[in-house]
Amino acid sequence: MTSLEPVLRQHPFFAGLDDAALTLLTGCARNVRFAPGQPLAREGRSADVFYLLRTGRAALGIPSPRGGTITIETLDAGDVIGWSWLFPPHLWQFDVTAVSEVHALALDGLCLRGKCEADPRLGYDLMKRFSRVMAARLAATRLQLLDLYRAGPHDFPSPEPP
Amino acid sequence: MMPIPWRVAERWDETADTFTVALEPSRPGEPPGFKPGQFNMLYAFGAGESALSISGDPSLPGRRLHTVRKVGTVTSALARLRPGDQVGLRGPFGTSWPMTDLKGRDLIFVAGGIGLAPLRPAIYHALRFRADYGSIRILVGARSPADLLYAAELANWQEIPGVFREVTVDRGTAAWNGHVGVVTKLIPPLPLDPGNSAALICGPEIMMRYTATALREKGLPAAAIHVTMERNMKCALAHCGHCQIGPHFICREGPVYPLDRIAFWLTQREV
Ligand SMILES: Cc1cc2nc3c(=O)[nH]c(=O)nc-3n(C[C@H](O)[C@H](O)[C@H](O)COP(=O)(O)OP(=O)(O)OC[C@H]3O[C@@H](n4cnc5c(N)ncnc54)[C@H](O)[C@@H]3O)c2cc1C
Repeated sequence: MTSLEPVLRQHPFFAGLDDAALTLLTGCARNVRFAPGQPLAREGRSADVFYLLRTGRAALGIPSPRGGTITIETLDAGDVIGWSWLFPPHLWQFDVTAVSEVHALALDGLCLRGKCEADPRLGYDLMKRFSRVMAARLAATRLQLLDLYRAGPHDFPSPEPP
Repeated sequence: MMPIPWRVAERWDETADTFTVALEPSRPGEPPGFKPGQFNMLYAFGAGESALSISGDPSLPGRRLHTVRKVGTVTSALARLRPGDQVGLRGPFGTSWPMTDLKGRDLIFVAGGIGLAPLRPAIYHALRFRADYGSIRILVGARSPADLLYAAELANWQEIPGVFREVTVDRGTAAWNGHVGVVTKLIPPLPLDPGNSAALICGPEIMMRYTATALREKGLPAAAIHVTMERNMKCALAHCGHCQIGPHFICREGPVYPLDRIAFWLTQREV
């Protein structure tokens, strides 16, 4: 079996990670494939992995009470999916479904949590990487909330001066 | 400058609140040409006048297209136009996308909502003179699939070799398998040669600001980023001050600016 280390090294999420950490992480990684429509995660289920997308597109969504799923955003090659494995109660907060055929690396959260607890330097590095992704997603979500494309300069009135 | 009568040759809906009118000169004679990014003042008789970018092909100056979102008095009056009706037209006015200066460069077009309309003439130009430019990337953001302008053309552009086209919407539908998310998200994964690329951005100001930031983070210098400022204007002759933003009269110096000239004002509230 060929090692997944080169694949992990090439993924933008792990850019610049040192060799020792990469070797450790490789021990927690496996290759996965999803056909279009197949779930990568289901809301409320145990979040024991996170994914690094290699090819394909996945949709992050919330199941609608009226059936179907409301897609919040889509993620593509180079993106990371899932941080619920980091925090108790370790449950997925969203549905994640393959839109096209997805090839990804799945990293075992339980295995990783153990390694992060034992090696805080690795834990801190990983936490910084996830924080950067979370901050970028939060910023994008805020823009999405603004209903940007309909807005003209007059649609966002300046607040009253104090 | 007096408006000249032009006749509505065709009119069609683009989306629920946006339509396009195709105008032809009512008077005989060669109509003036226009450059991509320029705008006309269209006068709807009895309602008033609005600044509207030209959204058609610069190689067809006798058929002037305007894509308009219905927001108020004038644009609603324009929406009621039917073939054979007349409008008054002054123009073309304003600066244009610097297509000549951009020869040899990779082009990145980023449009948000109705912003695709003022960019389309530049896209037509780049596609017509394909050999003059490097790769062409067209990134489009819209609220939903139903709000996408020029959907058929967007699909065609995707098929042209050397053209990369990505569309993203804020809210998808069950049938939508494209991107969902804001248009700025399409920028980080772009392979980009910052020394040989230029970006042309059009959309609401907040969208342009965040798009410019994402491009700067990829190493694109401010001078290589061009934006179009479409603040309210009335006279288009640098008299009335309606479109003034800081020291800039957008009707005379704009609407197309390199970011290094306008960046400060882009973050200022309307004055
Ligand atoms: C250079 C330039 C190019 C433009 N190109 C286009 C175009 O191609 N297609 C298009 O649909 N519109 C374009 N606009 C905007 C267009 O001029 C206005 O939407 C229009 O004048 C509004 O007139 P109205 O009488 O229908 O609305 P009003 O009754 O005057 O206003 C209705 C609402 O629209 C808002 N509004 C007015 N002007 C603007 C503006 N410039 N930007 C954002 N919100 C505004 C008002 O604050 C108000 O909330 C352009 C503006 C400029 C300055």
